[in-house]
Amino acid sequence: MAHADLISTATLIDPQPLVIAGHEFRSRLMVGTGKYASNAQMIDAIEASGAEVVTVAVRRVDLDRSKDEAILHHLDPDHFFLLANTAGCFNASDAIRYARLARAAGFNEWVKLEVIGDQQTLLPDTIGLLQATKTLVDEGFKVLAYTNDDLITALKLEDAGAVAVMPLASPIGSGLGMLNPYAIRTIKQRLSVPVIVDAGVGTASDACIVMEQGVDGILMNTGIAAAQDPIRMAAAMKVAVEAGRHAYLAGRMPRREVAVPSSPTAGMLGS
Amino acid sequence: MIESGGIVTEAVAGEVVLRVNGTYRSVPSGWTLAKLLASLELDARTVVVERNGTILRDQSSFASLDLAADDSLEIVHFVGGG
Repeated sequence: MAHADLISTATLIDPQPLVIAGHEFRSRLMVGTGKYASNAQMIDAIEASGAEVVTVAVRRVDLDRSKDEAILHHLDPDHFFLLANTAGCFNASDAIRYARLARAAGFNEWVKLEVIGDQQTLLPDTIGLLQATKTLVDEGFKVLAYTNDDLITALKLEDAGAVAVMPLASPIGSGLGMLNPYAIRTIKQRLSVPVIVDAGVGTASDACIVMEQGVDGILMNTGIAAAQDPIRMAAAMKVAVEAGRHAYLAGRMPRREVAVPSSPTAGMLGS
Repeated sequence: MIESGGIVTEAVAGEVVLRVNGTYRSVPSGWTLAKLLASLELDARTVVVERNGTILRDQSSFASLDLAADDSLEIVHFVGGG
């Protein structure tokens, strides 16, 4: 491959690996598989990202088969944790139907639940999301719920049995970065289940800042796939997520609006 | 089968018309789901089939599942997504 130099096994050891519903994951970065120029580029980017959780969508088979679109020809389910989404669903019953189809495909009972409320912003319909979460949890699904950055909805999703809550940094595919760090921090502080920020990360600094809020992980797709060089950006996101995580664990210095010298003030030469 | 612009409009003797992924298709009477998947060059292990709103979980049943007139089948798989 063209970017062999970007596949790094070097990693900062996380003292507390990401655990969701009792399952330990090897990376706090989760990635999508949409919008790549080719399947080969997608695979290289995922490898460079170091991600284990990889999202996929459920769609009709193209019976004319003008192109080879089945993702499982390219992604080894033994190497990646496939997380089906319900992207494109605009009500709870559609999302439930897609989740059931995904589970029937036989990999796992996990679903990244999306119930979209608005075509233009792709913001979630939180009422439908809550309904679908309850139904799917009752059916034994492990629900990771894509939601907005509203604390009350996040708390209700946790109460409904979601195994992780996924507030957005900013709208899907926008690349605007984190619009409300206060809201994300508050959600993280108040929830017991893992908080995975999903959507809106546009570049490595966005990912780093998100992780510095103390959240448990990030899911991204367009931020990598729509970069000029997706494979290099995937590698950048990998280290940005690790850097942000460790900066959070390290605890940043307090902000001060006055200068404090770094070098001793004593011992200056006399005049 | 009678087709008009690729759309099946009427069944002929010895055939049944059903809907597959939203498009009407005519298949010989007596065809099973397994036969249909084979004719579409689909590997049953890589797709999920929903028949009239019910997911068919037991793939070993496909060879004995006769297709019926007015069946509505959805054949899905995983594609790239975020």
